[in-house]
Amino acid sequence: MDVLIFQLLLALTLVLFMLPKKVMYSAAMVLQLSLIGISGTWAVQALFLGQNLSKVFQLTIQSQPLILTIDSLSAYFILVINFTILTGLIYAKGYLAPYHENKSKGQFSLHYFSLSWIHISMLLVVMLRDGIGFLLAWELMSVSSFLLVIFDSRNENTLKIGLNYLVQMHIGFLLILSGFLFTYLATGTMSFDAMAQAFGSLEIRQILGERGSLVLFLLLFVGFGIKAGFIPLHTWLPHAHPAAPSHVSGIMSGIMIKMGIYGILRVLLVIENDLLIIGVFILLISIVSGLYGVMMAIVQHDLKKLLAYHSIENIGIIGMGIGLGVIGKATGNNALMALGFAGGLLHILNHSLFKSLLFYGAGAVYRATHTRDINKLGGLIKSMPKTSLFFLLGAIAISGLPPFNGFISEFLIYSGMFESIDFGSLNSALLFLTSIVALALIGGLALFCFTKAFGMVFLGTGRSAHTDQVSEATSGMLFSKGLIAVLIVAIGVLPMFFVRALFPVVAQFGIQTSVLESYILSGSALTQISMVIGGLLLVFIFIWLIRRAKQKSVEVVYGPTWGCGYTGADPALHQYTATSFADNYKILAKPIVGVEKYDPNTFPIYEEAEIFPGERKFETHSYDKIERNIIQQSITQLARLPRLFAKLQTGEIRHYLIYPLVFILLIFLLTFLNLI
Amino acid sequence: MLSLGLILLSAIIFPGIISLTKAKMSGRKGNSLLQPMKDIVRLMRKGSIYSTTTSWVFQFAPTIYLVSILGAMLMIPFPNGSEGLISFKGDFLLFAYLLGFGKFLMIVAALDTGSGFEGMGANREALYSMLVEPAFFILIASLTFLSGFTSFHEMFTHYHLDSYAALLYAGLAIYVVIQITMIENSRMPVDDPKTHLELTMVHEVMVLDNSGFDLGLIQIGSALKFTLYGGLIANLLLAPFHFSPMVATVSFFGVEVVFAIVIGLLESFRARIKMIYNPQYILTLSGIAILAFFTVLIITHKIL
Repeated sequence: MDVLIFQLLLALTLVLFMLPKKVMYSAAMVLQLSLIGISGTWAVQALFLGQNLSKVFQLTIQSQPLILTIDSLSAYFILVINFTILTGLIYAKGYLAPYHENKSKGQFSLHYFSLSWIHISMLLVVMLRDGIGFLLAWELMSVSSFLLVIFDSRNENTLKIGLNYLVQMHIGFLLILSGFLFTYLATGTMSFDAMAQAFGSLEIRQILGERGSLVLFLLLFVGFGIKAGFIPLHTWLPHAHPAAPSHVSGIMSGIMIKMGIYGILRVLLVIENDLLIIGVFILLISIVSGLYGVMMAIVQHDLKKLLAYHSIENIGIIGMGIGLGVIGKATGNNALMALGFAGGLLHILNHSLFKSLLFYGAGAVYRATHTRDINKLGGLIKSMPKTSLFFLLGAIAISGLPPFNGFISEFLIYSGMFESIDFGSLNSALLFLTSIVALALIGGLALFCFTKAFGMVFLGTGRSAHTDQVSEATSGMLFSKGLIAVLIVAIGVLPMFFVRALFPVVAQFGIQTSVLESYILSGSALTQISMVIGGLLLVFIFIWLIRRAKQKSVEVVYGPTWGCGYTGADPALHQYTATSFADNYKILAKPIVGVEKYDPNTFPIYEEAEIFPGERKFETHSYDKIERNIIQQSITQLARLPRLFAKLQTGEIRHYLIYPLVFILLIFLLTFLNLI
Repeated sequence: MLSLGLILLSAIIFPGIISLTKAKMSGRKGNSLLQPMKDIVRLMRKGSIYSTTTSWVFQFAPTIYLVSILGAMLMIPFPNGSEGLISFKGDFLLFAYLLGFGKFLMIVAALDTGSGFEGMGANREALYSMLVEPAFFILIASLTFLSGFTSFHEMFTHYHLDSYAALLYAGLAIYVVIQITMIENSRMPVDDPKTHLELTMVHEVMVLDNSGFDLGLIQIGSALKFTLYGGLIANLLLAPFHFSPMVATVSFFGVEVVFAIVIGLLESFRARIKMIYNPQYILTLSGIAILAFFTVLIITHKIL
């Protein structure tokens, strides 16, 4: 019955094209709420009642019915997907309102249609185990997200970015497809279950060489990694997120990139061989992703691009947790396995929460000021107090600081590393030390980055004329952010309940729930953390009350900011900017982060004789060294051959008429010489 | 519990000892030990002046800063083998990240004033605390490696000074903690609290616009931060000897006093480093912490 309704809803998405603009939002809302209701019920059944559900879809591929299978891992992802989609939808109403005038009905229909389908396709991705069904859902997800990214398609750049995204997604698709095809060659079926047999089987070794199963894993990892955004597969991410509307960025960064993580987790569930090398590989690539992501984020001026680079960082943190878990599994280190997987999985939820919150905040800023350039913003806390509060909350949470959720997952991952640093050989000690330092540095850099982002955008005085007359975001937008904020605080303050709910998911990776409890809940670290936080809250209230009483009895004066006695300064101009905040960091990070100071053509050197120098423009840009030097370079090399043929395309009809003539003559000649 | 009380108690005279040492070294008579605390009390009775640019972030930050330091204090164990008020596996993470939380708000509050000077201070504080973070974590990693445990209390009770290598380790570790304290508190040689030029300040310029009660809270916080790290040093020094509570109390207090004198001496005889070399200096600490880690590898026979 529920499957029938589910299928009916899929068909009903088409109705969105027939509705008038006014009711379209409500219709999309009703549709997706029903989807959330049905899939949510399944997920709750699977996760909390411990039943593995399987539902038969009334749709056959190659005369095989599609089967929706929901185990704990799927259930967990379903819940995360549903929550982010829900907040995204609530937020979308207010965010899209200004577009109502200049976008046509068709564009809106397509947008809501794709929004429904990205939801549906993600749900299907986590529920389908059959290869063809999975790939189909995966493809639907890529296409619908592409359509969402190019919502603002009048902007040529957006279209270009969208196409770049689409191409990269299909490279990933190709790799996943090849992974499934090799599985098919080895076992005769194409599914995740078949993959279990394929890994380590004799056939895969015959097909792909001695280390066949490792090659197969790498194929799938790179395929899924493009979606997740691991370095150096990340190049689509910093472009696509800023170009998309903010609720879409929130959804894409919050959960869609996690589908890549889901794929990797699903593969890890069925793989038994080479675990150590895989674990170390994932850990190292994650460390690089985490560090590079946050290092690049600091030098960004575009608020949403900054957040996009932070997604790469957080994918790195998730990957570190997973990598540690796999290393733990390979070496039989239960503590590391429990803490690594638990931390990584919890960080998936955590990141989906604070990243969507931050993207929604950035969207509210963009909607109010029509700019995403941090250097032009400032002082928004006075006109947008609630948006600022939520952004601050998200900023502290993403920096991994207590009392919010980011700290909890990082705590688990850290604990895993510290617990096992003296476990094995010298090599493992050095590996863990490296990851500890990396995670500590990521934390410090994130703090640096988010003090900058929050401080420059919301605090101080406005740096451009627009920031003082803006209005607060709509109540719907604030409500969706409030929902997320409640969860962020709840996970931060009462972590044990949420971590316990994760146990069935972690247990799937081959560790018993009782063992998990002994490693994570015994010693009561999480309980004590929430006790400390509760106690400190009371201390805070106590000091605050004293302060308030004191402030009432003394004189409190308001005046201008202290400028060392100089009062002629223009507060808007004599503040620190995002660029100056990042300046001393840039000197340190030069070898890794690319910054172009200026173009010598537009910035002429001052001549000696120039007594009254004319106007000059000075610009700095950051660029992604990996993107430019590795990805772009290799694409340029690849494109060299096709470009030779491009010379044939002269644009002159005379030449085009010659080509068939030459062709015909060539055929004649070759036939005459008996060559063909 | 005992360590919490001692840290609070020694914080009362800690700034006094530093300034007295500096006065004696420069041939002045110096104030009474309690003078800095009296200054703070007077400050807290005064009225406040707020910039019209600031918002609620600026109002909340000093209180949260103090509370975060108080929270970190809960985790410092007492060196006779008893736990801190809060002790669990990985408590040092909460310790470090709580301090980070307070710092986050102070940095943001400095940016709230919209002043170029305070932006500068905020930026430096953020950069230096980021650079110093690895050193602390490498040091803790070496301690967990050495002791096999992951809470402050167990780490300190299970490390012994039974070989020359262990002595070398203790020396390196204490040196790193002292330097971390100096950087975290924005003292010499990274920052000079007595400088009069805003352009060369780090922490002082960050709190330029705070006044009255709030400034008092910040200064209490700074004093507590000193004795907080002093508590860590006391544990590193005293824990291997398993003193009786009485002796431990006296020597804990003694370590704090000596630590204050050491800081006073350091500040009397060192000049501030040129601002641009600060990052290098701070990163060197991570190098020294790695040396400490390698010493542990030697002690545990992982290498050599």
